[in-house]
Amino acid sequence: MTFVSILYGLLFWAATLILVVGVGRRIYFYTQIPVPLKIPTTPAPITQGGVVWRMFREVVFFQSLFRANKYTWLFAFVFHMALWLVLLRHTRYFMEIGAFLSFIQPFGKYASFAMVLGLMGLLARRILVDRVRYISAPSDFLMLALLMGIALSGMLMTFVAHTDIVMVKGFFRGLITFDFSPLPASPILLLHLLLVAVLMLVFPISKLMHAPGVFLSPTRNQVDNPREKRHISKWALALEQQQKTYLDEVKHG
Amino acid sequence: MADYEVPKLNGEGYVEIPTIKPDAMAGKGPFIAKPDFQKALHFPADFQTDEQGKFELVADWKERALTKLDDLRHRYRSLQLYLDICVKCGACTDKCHYYIGTHDPKNMPVARQDLLRKVYRRYFTFAGKHFPKLVGAVDLTEEVVDDWYNYYHQCSQCRRCSVYCPYGIDTAEVSMAAREILDHIGRGSKYNNEIISKVFKVGNNLGLPQPALADTLEGLEEDVEADTGIKVRFPLDEEGAEVLLVTPSADFFAEPHVDGLMGYAKVFHEAGITWTLSSYASEGANFGMFIGSYENMRRIALRIREAAIKLKVKRIVFGECGHAWRVAYSFLNTLAGPFDFLDPKYPVPQHILEVTWGLIQDGKLVIDKSQNDDKVLTFHDSCNVARGSRMGDKPGGQFEYPRNVIKAVCNHFVDMPADTIHDATYCCGGGGGLLTDDLMELRIKGAQPRMEALKYVTEQQGVTHMAAICAICKSQFTKVIPYYGFKMEQIVSVHQLVSKALVLQRQVSVQARPDEDDDDDDNDDA
Repeated sequence: MTFVSILYGLLFWAATLILVVGVGRRIYFYTQIPVPLKIPTTPAPITQGGVVWRMFREVVFFQSLFRANKYTWLFAFVFHMALWLVLLRHTRYFMEIGAFLSFIQPFGKYASFAMVLGLMGLLARRILVDRVRYISAPSDFLMLALLMGIALSGMLMTFVAHTDIVMVKGFFRGLITFDFSPLPASPILLLHLLLVAVLMLVFPISKLMHAPGVFLSPTRNQVDNPREKRHISKWALALEQQQKTYLDEVKHG
Repeated sequence: MADYEVPKLNGEGYVEIPTIKPDAMAGKGPFIAKPDFQKALHFPADFQTDEQGKFELVADWKERALTKLDDLRHRYRSLQLYLDICVKCGACTDKCHYYIGTHDPKNMPVARQDLLRKVYRRYFTFAGKHFPKLVGAVDLTEEVVDDWYNYYHQCSQCRRCSVYCPYGIDTAEVSMAAREILDHIGRGSKYNNEIISKVFKVGNNLGLPQPALADTLEGLEEDVEADTGIKVRFPLDEEGAEVLLVTPSADFFAEPHVDGLMGYAKVFHEAGITWTLSSYASEGANFGMFIGSYENMRRIALRIREAAIKLKVKRIVFGECGHAWRVAYSFLNTLAGPFDFLDPKYPVPQHILEVTWGLIQDGKLVIDKSQNDDKVLTFHDSCNVARGSRMGDKPGGQFEYPRNVIKAVCNHFVDMPADTIHDATYCCGGGGGLLTDDLMELRIKGAQPRMEALKYVTEQQGVTHMAAICAICKSQFTKVIPYYGFKMEQIVSVHQLVSKALVLQRQVSVQARPDEDDDDDDNDDA
């Protein structure tokens, strides 16, 4: 085991822990915050099933974004769908390859081009459209740069300077099964993995939380039935039960 | 008309998206509420004016602002989530009528949210605490407060941006929270808070006491009788009526609102439905929503519950008012429910258009459409009705009901361009607590997208009148459309059209005047 392999092993354990625990805690935090009023953006579904369908259209087809701006939609949609394919393909480094996984390997490979094109489109918009430039912080550019770095370093290994993927798989299997084995000594691979770890680390404290967050968005996930079913939050109920007008008059206990 | 720089219309139906002009709308914002008004709304009032007449902030304003922000983000998931998950994709940047009309980038929805988000990040997030420059986090300073006050009062909370956001981020939620924070540090808006305190004191936004209201309604009865020869009742505080009508107080005197009120009265009369207004809850509007104050919004809403109980009505019906209908439809059951003491056959509350359209469908109203043949109508979807409520039992009923009623009473109706109607409708430019003369420039510029759409159908399809179902829309349009070369008479209430076309069959009201019971001459009571 080289020093670098040990370092990367620790890094990926930490990154995984922080990603899973951090995102989990954040989601839990959001679900614990009351939604005191019915605020679905209408027209909204009037059944729970309808809400599931609305959310499906939103997260799979980016329906609202499509209505908003066709370019942003195109770049974002291409990027996200390509990212899914690339991610799926990468499961081969953690588990045995079945029929499905081997079927999607080529799609996952070439999806990386679409991913980079999508990212370039999003970056171009951020630079060229004055309105989007105005709202962009350095972190917004860095996030795109990070994703592009990951994609390009990955593509280098897939299409130009191959790395020993059997060894890579051994390394990650080792992290899971505690049967450690080293990483290949490839600078591109190390860069690729470092950037991925950074992405995992910043996920819970950045705007990447939009991914789980959209499911919890009251304007999208509420059923439009306020007249039929009374909706009331705990803190508002306290006002009612104690017959108070203002929250600072409510007694807790 | 005072002198304002009025945007030029291109006649194509849509406004070209402008390039940003930073600080185009920099300024002080609307007039600030005095401590007395703040006190009436249970907000801190420990601030004064300095020698130049400028309002100071409350003591420890910074700490109190941050405490309030922290409180709100733990009570409203919308706020916490929306501050966190925006990816700055820019989808909303060209959707706000105030951005389109003013070109000020801080009127882009995401930039408006950022005014608060930057402070939230600085004090409540890891990245903002340790790497503020990287994520655009800023310290809370008096300049930031000034920007909040100015730009959160350039948002009409119309939610158009939330339609287009891939995560449904609703700037209204953020601007309401910001206004609530401002209210806690001595930066309430005079217009909103003065109005709310009038509701608490008198019962309506106008401060119209019971005798004045009774007098006004009597005058309306006389007007309708002079016009039709029939005594159509406008009952006030009449116990035992079937319907409590809650309508914006502008309906009692403003034009064209009052013509709409006459329409409701005629519909009730013709259908033989007894009804009453309440002097205690003589206001449909609920400005508590505009200032983001659940407590004050609830306090106003509870008056309606009390009035309904006291007057022993069976149904609650709301008149034409946009945000009132959002509060009524979406929030009333939450704020002042449950309404198990009302007739379960009817939804609580109902919109007057639900009543009228139901009666038209049942063939209970005799209509002479030709009475409106002098007009070609179009319809302005009010933002709060379109994106924050519903009518009927199907999604989108809020678009169908008003159009169905208009088409049932008028022969000529055309819609404005598709991207300006239904849930893509533009705010009139005066919603969200901005309908005040000290924001006139903003109101004129904010109306531009709607004016562009109206001009298009005027020129292309001969539209002569635009109908609306919101007191604020009606007041705003009658005031600003002259700047764009239209006439204020071109704005009409939907129930004004109903009023015109409705042929009264019922000669005698089913509801006797309480004071007429003993009269000999004209006792209509059967």
